[in-house]
Amino acid sequence: MPTFVYMTRCDGCGHCVDVCPSDIMHIDKTYRRAYNIEPNMCWECYSCVKACPQNAIDCRGYADFAPLGHSVRALREEEKGTISWKIQFRDGREKNFVSPIRTTKWGTIPSPADLKAPSAEAMQSQELAHEPDSLNIDGGLPTLKTASLKQGAV
Amino acid sequence: MGWFNRRKTVFVDSDVLVVGGGMAGCGATYESKYWGRDLKVVCVEKANIERSGAVAQGLYAINCYMGMQWGENQPEDHVRYARGDLMGLVREDLGYDIARHVDATVHKFEEWGLPMMRDPETGRYQREGKWQIMIHGESYKPIVAEAARKAANEVYNRIMVTHLLMDETKANRVAGAVGFNVRTGDFYVFRAKAVIVCAGGASHIYKPRSVGEGMGRTWYAPWSSASAYALPILAGAKMTQMENRIVLARFKDGYGPVGAYFLHLKTYTENAYGEEYESKWYEQTKELVGDYIDNHPTPTCLRNHAFLEEMKAGRGPIRMVTKEAFQDPHKETVGWENFLGMTIGQAVVWASQNIDPKHTNPELTTSEPYVMGSHATCSGAWSSGPPDCAPSDYQWGYNRMMTVEGLFGAGDTIGGSAHKFSSGSYTEGRIAAKAAVNYVNDLKNEKLQVSEKQYQDLKKVIYQPLETYEVGRNEIVAGTVSPSYILPIHGLQRLEKIMDEYVGGISTNYMTNEPLLTRGLELLDMLKEDLNYLGAEDLHQLQRAWELHHRFIASQSVTHHTMFRKETRWPGYYYRGDHPKLDDKDWHCFTLSRYDQESDSWDMEKAPVHHIID
Repeated sequence: MPTFVYMTRCDGCGHCVDVCPSDIMHIDKTYRRAYNIEPNMCWECYSCVKACPQNAIDCRGYADFAPLGHSVRALREEEKGTISWKIQFRDGREKNFVSPIRTTKWGTIPSPADLKAPSAEAMQSQELAHEPDSLNIDGGLPTLKTASLKQGAV
Repeated sequence: MGWFNRRKTVFVDSDVLVVGGGMAGCGATYESKYWGRDLKVVCVEKANIERSGAVAQGLYAINCYMGMQWGENQPEDHVRYARGDLMGLVREDLGYDIARHVDATVHKFEEWGLPMMRDPETGRYQREGKWQIMIHGESYKPIVAEAARKAANEVYNRIMVTHLLMDETKANRVAGAVGFNVRTGDFYVFRAKAVIVCAGGASHIYKPRSVGEGMGRTWYAPWSSASAYALPILAGAKMTQMENRIVLARFKDGYGPVGAYFLHLKTYTENAYGEEYESKWYEQTKELVGDYIDNHPTPTCLRNHAFLEEMKAGRGPIRMVTKEAFQDPHKETVGWENFLGMTIGQAVVWASQNIDPKHTNPELTTSEPYVMGSHATCSGAWSSGPPDCAPSDYQWGYNRMMTVEGLFGAGDTIGGSAHKFSSGSYTEGRIAAKAAVNYVNDLKNEKLQVSEKQYQDLKKVIYQPLETYEVGRNEIVAGTVSPSYILPIHGLQRLEKIMDEYVGGISTNYMTNEPLLTRGLELLDMLKEDLNYLGAEDLHQLQRAWELHHRFIASQSVTHHTMFRKETRWPGYYYRGDHPKLDDKDWHCFTLSRYDQESDSWDMEKAPVHHIID
């Protein structure tokens, strides 16, 4: 389902252009609104649909296998921490789903630069950041004892 | 003259340069800053790290989690699993290394705000299968990207990295990368002491099943343009297992995932006549691969093989039996949300064709082949292993350093470490980053050198398609047909057709042989010449041109590797008609290649497979 943009809703803000992983949402020079310049390189990932503040972007299933008359709409609400979906079948049946998207406030992840600097000893160990604590196990980071390595080339 | 001289050159100097801001790249960026507090860490991405890489649209499961805190699995178990699934050939040291760290990565994701599903009875993460846990991962990538942005000194979005730069004071040592800004057209020279390649694997090197508008509905993201392989190959790094492409059995047309359906919803497959078919092909498969068919679980490729044989026998389509499971409303919700969380296109296909799995058992198909390093396959760069447990044959420097000094990799880039998926790729990025920081610290005050000539020569090459187009365009009235240039889409479709017909794509039922591969290489050589005449109308097309170059180089590598391995190791992924059986006597080994740019030649060799775990 490549994306398309409704003329009357788009205000040309460019959020979709900024986020599209495939670089296919561009601003039309005449109409100053966004459109999909390369539908055959669209993965229907919905990144643009979710990012659009005007809900101006929708998808229409790929013409080579998707009959008309369906719709899959998404409403992603960062403040509420949810995404809501409405699926409409070609024959009119509907399904609705809501899922959480995040359990913490946006922007609250600390920078590793603000954490206590690692020791020179830790630098030489096999442990990664936050280990061994973040493994939640006793006995530290697992390792294979070199002496017990079975090095048979088979 | 022209396009080349008009371009501004921007210099960005750093200690650690992360190329690609997907899962592996975000992990590498975070970890580089954790260990390298005084180092400058830069991440460069061709899209926007907020939604880039294979996890752009989210994931509904994390497929690599041990659960050591609950005694569910140990790292050794995961190595045995990956080894069995890949028919014996994995780098056990690399796989073990990821498995022992991956739980810590996942715990961090949860702390950062990723919603994990929990088993209401045990309170543990909800298991989908032995290795998989279920998440509400719509914002998996934005969460991980937030951590990377906080960590990086600078993140550069919308810059397509085309080549690596080499140090001119010491042979075989990396010194940065170059690329161009897809929005402004500026030329970027990133000079760095260490480079971690975290770019994407390869979709669209084989002709996809969908045509026309649906061409982008590949299983792996269409923006996964094989830069993971092209960048190291052009720098002279050794690659491994590039023949080990993967074919996926998925829901038809949308390529919606089947993992949750098999493992959690307990749906199962049957042929058009309602019969179980996998066991029918047991004896025939045993003839081809011997005892590997008895591995538990059955290797992914061998399950594909049964699927393909049943289709060839005329008893398709193969369907997933969903009608029973979907009577349970909870399971129905899981089934739909699974797609909405990671493959929305499948929901669209079903809505458009009135397929409600509660009432209809949906069709499955086998995809076109993909080359990647993070799923049930392990193509990629040959890298040094963890110092505490890698056999000496696999150890020549820092962990995850390739055979080029200072050049590291993670995720799809690194070969041999299969089944890492999103969490393992992120973890491998972290592993590579810590090693890269150590490498940079050990360089001390050594100065790397990149001459103006080196990057100016590349600058000319990079912008050439714009000039070729501008000149050639005046020759014709209008349209896309020119005697002087081909457009990126033309070259891409030729590449896909060659790979499809000669190197084991869908149109030959994944079959190839030496004569076909030989002809394929001849046609690839001609395509290579034609790539000098790529025309790009604008900067977007220039990005497509360089993505095509990268896909092309990866494809050549795949073809040479496929030619070299004279056996059929993974029936169901591809077949060598001239060597139809698995041959452990001669081929229980890794295949390695090295491309030499000066002589334009590919050197192939074998490397031993060391089994370090029982």
